[in-house]
Amino acid sequence: MNQEFEPAILAFVCNWCTYTAADLAGTSRMVQQPNVRLVRMMCTGMVDPKYVIKALLSGADGVLVSGCHPGDCHYINGNYKARRRVKLLNEILPQFGIDERRLRLTWVGASEGNEFAATVNNFINEIRELGPLDVRGMAAL
Amino acid sequence: MARRIGVYVCHCGSNIAGKVDCPDVAAFARGLKNVTVSRDYQFMCSDPGQDLIIRDIHEHGLDRVVVASCSPRLHEKTFQKACARAGLNPYLMQHCCIREHCSWVTGDKAEATAKAKHIVEAAVLRVRRHQELHSREVAVVPDVMVVGAGIAGIQAALDVARSGHRVILVEKSPSIGGHMAQFDKTFPTLDCAACISTPKMVAVAQEPNIDLLTWSEVEEVTGFVGNYTVTVRRKARYVSEDICTGCGACLEKCPTKVLSEFEEGLGMRRAIYRNSPQAVPSTPVIDAEHCKMLTKGKCGVCQKTCPTGAIDFTQQDRREVYHVGSVILATGYDTMDPTPMTEYGFGRYPEVYTALQFERLNNAVGPTGGKILMKNGEAPKSVAIIHCVGSRDKNYHEYCSRTCCMYALKYDHLIKDKVGHGAEVYNFYIDMRCFGKGYEEFYRRVQDEGVTFVRGRPSEVVQENGKLVVVGEDTLLGTRLRVPVDMVVLCTAMEARADTTEVARVFGVSQGRDGFFLEEHPKLGPVSTASDGIYLAGTCQGPKDIPDAVAHAAGGAAQALALAARGVVSISPTTSWINPDICVGCKMCIGLCPYSAIEFDERRHIAVINEAMCKGCGSCAGHCPSGAAQIKHFRQVQVFNEIDGLLDRKPDIMALIGDIYETANRAEA
Repeated sequence: MNQEFEPAILAFVCNWCTYTAADLAGTSRMVQQPNVRLVRMMCTGMVDPKYVIKALLSGADGVLVSGCHPGDCHYINGNYKARRRVKLLNEILPQFGIDERRLRLTWVGASEGNEFAATVNNFINEIRELGPLDVRGMAAL
Repeated sequence: MARRIGVYVCHCGSNIAGKVDCPDVAAFARGLKNVTVSRDYQFMCSDPGQDLIIRDIHEHGLDRVVVASCSPRLHEKTFQKACARAGLNPYLMQHCCIREHCSWVTGDKAEATAKAKHIVEAAVLRVRRHQELHSREVAVVPDVMVVGAGIAGIQAALDVARSGHRVILVEKSPSIGGHMAQFDKTFPTLDCAACISTPKMVAVAQEPNIDLLTWSEVEEVTGFVGNYTVTVRRKARYVSEDICTGCGACLEKCPTKVLSEFEEGLGMRRAIYRNSPQAVPSTPVIDAEHCKMLTKGKCGVCQKTCPTGAIDFTQQDRREVYHVGSVILATGYDTMDPTPMTEYGFGRYPEVYTALQFERLNNAVGPTGGKILMKNGEAPKSVAIIHCVGSRDKNYHEYCSRTCCMYALKYDHLIKDKVGHGAEVYNFYIDMRCFGKGYEEFYRRVQDEGVTFVRGRPSEVVQENGKLVVVGEDTLLGTRLRVPVDMVVLCTAMEARADTTEVARVFGVSQGRDGFFLEEHPKLGPVSTASDGIYLAGTCQGPKDIPDAVAHAAGGAAQALALAARGVVSISPTTSWINPDICVGCKMCIGLCPYSAIEFDERRHIAVINEAMCKGCGSCAGHCPSGAAQIKHFRQVQVFNEIDGLLDRKPDIMALIGDIYETANRAEA
């Protein structure tokens, strides 16, 4: 694998829990690798599977979906809907040659800034191990 | 017509500029398509910063604005308002975060600058597809609900009621007063707790604007800020509040004795009981678990004794529905059960007490009539007070409970006062934290009374020759200690209520890492929560002493009153919208909507959003198979554009996904 490979990772995070945790990680100056970029959603329940696919096809090497802990959803149960959709994507992605580990769903609560920083850093390291997602190469097949 | 976008990159002093090359980011933005003007400035949120945006909107005819600064959770509203002042619809502004998510968390300057450019580009691409949206204003129900009637809830309820607004005060126990009603004296002034809290409790009972619902719990909350519908379960009391005169005759005749919760297990109560003769309301309650009539169907002594016929064994739980504009949560705290800390012997050695039990020993209406007595009826000659039991302890609670140092000093004084100056008092502390008004002075006074302070948390309490021996180390002297005493008091931690998780779910608020309710902002929003119109008061937000709890509660009341006084609240327009031209009427969204906000139009055979009920969660939009359902301000084309900006776009890849992407874009345009 390319030694200098720096993955590009997109994170769809819910406004109420994980985005707040990311704010807290920032306020607490918890240094993270710069590879993850956040897309603020109001709820993980609004993350259309198309968004994940679009991200992977547009150059993301990994996608993180992160919301409130089960039972804590600001909108009652949106995170359960996200869980079902991620499960569906986990079934579909390998059929197109995309390792399902490139998509991860996590729960990070509003007060878990350290958890957020750790999740981000771990995920980046794992995607770095997996190497770049070569959609172009796959299309050539 | 081409868009005219203004981009504003904030330095935030050195907070952003220390890591991100802001002029470089602004120059980069200037090169992006449709960007008319791009500037960097020291503090965008300051008045001159906002004026800069307003002037540009006028002078350059901007129709879109991007602000790159702190988290939108902090200043999105500030910049939306600035745009609105310049006549630009606030939803045509995109606020992106290059501080919390970039400059503060990235080690390398070049990397931080590169990341900031991506974030800004995404915002520029996204804002191009923003649409004008208009908030709705709805009327606010002026009534306020306060949940929990300890000193914080009482304060909040009285403050709101005195302004002329109606308050529904819900308390789960039989009477109000909370923990403060259990105390005897309060630090540092040594006021009698009852003397200062009873008048407030009576004021609650007499206040015509307060509907007091004791022995009641909130079951369900629906609605939104300004318009909440709350279902309260009125638990069966088996004593009619309207008829009972509070004479107390039943309490003496009831043959069933049970350990009293209010006395912290040190005294007994009957199956029909009230917490104290001063209880508000004075109507007793029958404990259905222990009452012989309710469990076995025979007894009924209280019914025969009652001179007014207030006892009613046929009462059932009933549900009442209230409409309120806002809710103040004042549910208080629990004290940690020290039984799992076996090293201190609580539960094994009879003379080891929790702090709350010791409060009851001091209380004039407590089990000993206010005398500090051991179980054998004698006064202790020596007492050890162990601070930080379960607080400042990684194994239990990392936080400081903030009250223990001070009430321990109060105990020091009370022991010297009640038992006599010959009594030996030992405090085992980690640090003395006497930070409040008059607290340090009180500490000094108690030191002068001849109390011993030992710095160091004891390792264990053992029983030897009929004495309790506190084993520990004086860390200032560096010597090991074994101190024999007659009585040990454990200053147990204040912790979040055992049912905090369930209560948090009912009201849609979050919990912090410490288990207490999470405030909107630790410094600038200590009484608001993530749910608009739900406020916090007192120790349900974190450990507080009485003055802090009262001040916090007054803050909660002020927030609720601000909402009620204004009378209207603007509701975010970021609701769902189902495109009637695309919807195929599959009804999938109707089942997914957690708020029953989607109706089916049989005539047109399409699903329709009820905007008054929709909260914009996107459950429908995330699933809609045809892409007809979209959340305003989070439409697919906006999110897709944002994704493009965040990634290094690979144009040749675009052809591959043209199918999904272009079709979607065309549908949106």
